[in-house]
Amino acid sequence: MASAELDVKYTAHLARLALTPDEEKKLGAQLGNILGYIEKLRELDVSNVEPTAHAVPMVNVTRADEIRPSLPHEDALRNAPRQAGGLFIVPKVVE
Amino acid sequence: MLNQLTISELTAKLARREVSSREATQACLDQIARVDGSIHAFISHNAADALAQADAADKEIAAGVKKPLLGVPIAVKDVLAVKGQPLNCASKILGNFISPYDATAIEKLKAAGAIIFGRCNMDEFAMGSSTENSAFGVTKNPWDVTRIPGGSSGGSAAAVAADECIASLGTDTGGSIRQPAALCGCVGLKPTYGRISRYGLVAFASSLDQIGPFTKDVRDSAILLGAMSGVDPRDSTSVPQPVPNYAAALDGNIRGLKIGLPKEYMIGGLDAEVKASVDAAVKKYQELGAEIVEISLPHTDYAVAVYYIIATAEASANLARFDGIRYCARVDGADPMELYSKTRGAGFGAEVKRRIILGTYVLSSGYYDAYYLRAQKVRTLIRNDFLKAFETVDAIVTPTTPTAAFKIGEKSDDPLQMYLSDIFTISCNLAGIPGISLPCGFTKNPKLPIGLQLLGKPFGEETMLKLAHAYEQATPWHQERATV
Repeated sequence: MASAELDVKYTAHLARLALTPDEEKKLGAQLGNILGYIEKLRELDVSNVEPTAHAVPMVNVTRADEIRPSLPHEDALRNAPRQAGGLFIVPKVVE
Repeated sequence: MLNQLTISELTAKLARREVSSREATQACLDQIARVDGSIHAFISHNAADALAQADAADKEIAAGVKKPLLGVPIAVKDVLAVKGQPLNCASKILGNFISPYDATAIEKLKAAGAIIFGRCNMDEFAMGSSTENSAFGVTKNPWDVTRIPGGSSGGSAAAVAADECIASLGTDTGGSIRQPAALCGCVGLKPTYGRISRYGLVAFASSLDQIGPFTKDVRDSAILLGAMSGVDPRDSTSVPQPVPNYAAALDGNIRGLKIGLPKEYMIGGLDAEVKASVDAAVKKYQELGAEIVEISLPHTDYAVAVYYIIATAEASANLARFDGIRYCARVDGADPMELYSKTRGAGFGAEVKRRIILGTYVLSSGYYDAYYLRAQKVRTLIRNDFLKAFETVDAIVTPTTPTAAFKIGEKSDDPLQMYLSDIFTISCNLAGIPGISLPCGFTKNPKLPIGLQLLGKPFGEETMLKLAHAYEQATPWHQERATV
């Protein structure tokens, strides 16, 4: 198993999560502690064990491909921080 | 006092026209006005809307309409969508979000005639075991307001224990219904994974989350489970399994049923009074005609570690949607990346950030196999432990928690200790089986509730409820009320 060294700054970047320097420091210590505890899973031999993603796996759940009623446009936009012309407004993505 | 009634008591009174739904709903609202200043089970509630629903129910009752929950006030954890009501997940990040639709479980309860009211406090995004992680303040335990009510559904449990509602809904990812039910002295049930649709439940860990009821007795738990269960085309993980009449299974006859007692649950940290109460409950089961069988669940000790990998991994993916674009209290940035980071940094609380970072890390390149995949494999071992045990027993009995309710602030600075308080409830979610917690006694000084946990076979809720009901009816614990 990997070492219990967690680069908080880099992981926060992956998670798109702005942290203050104080938060980074505190999280680093706490997560080191938690990862240390998790290391106990190394004790087990899992070489011939299949992973479980869902306890009650349902496969190929399909439905007819047809148009059904859905959330009205204005309802879907109602909680938007910024909207105009029936669209979500976001900062410029491409120059 | 109408707010103290169970669902079955209230519906009987409503059917006989002894009381109106308005009176029952008003009694709950009065109790909220009287006690919620000190309990803080609710983030918010709309009294006028609740009374309008009650008046509509009274009209239907007068017109002779029959529905199983007609006129019954039920409170809801702030993680389930109720159309037109706020939904915050006890987080700052959702701002002024108003649900545009009903969760399937809510839709079903409304169709059954229930009055859906109030937003019950919780740990932010259901991450926690004490309801201390709410952005809207801490909920207090009605039995002792210096103590936590458990979590994450602490508000839902406290609201039932303090008779601020007839019943309530919570969600359970690693014990978030059963643990607060135990600590507040009410009945809390987590169904088999897939039994109740998760549509309209804000996802924390999608492979573990289930909706379930908090009630004042086991019969009410059976009633609400039946009302909410069933396959839903909007949740592809809901299971097309017939929904039995759960309340009809409560016949008190448990003679010959086999109950497993896992030796791994009698651990060092188990409080002496909790152990004594559970031992007494086991003895009571023998008196009632059940057979107690010692069993082994050898991978129990790994459950907390597996859980905190799988749950945080799924959470880090699920919570990516809170990015400030389609909803959320946005914090502007020069580009989308900066907007996302700032919005999430300002909106999420400490525990949510901790779990997002941990979940992101265990899924990140180079660590996935070592953490996430390995955890999924150990999850298989834990599930197999249960399936093997259920070859010989009909249900399993354990304490719900190692101790009674702890003090506010006692564990809030030590996340790992907080995580370990869920040691008895977590395996159930990993295995996908149903579990229920019901009162089995009290500590002496101070007087705090103790919970007994029963775990059932996949879709074995009938037997599990039958066993819970038989014990409840043979003991006085469920009749004790917190003095608020």
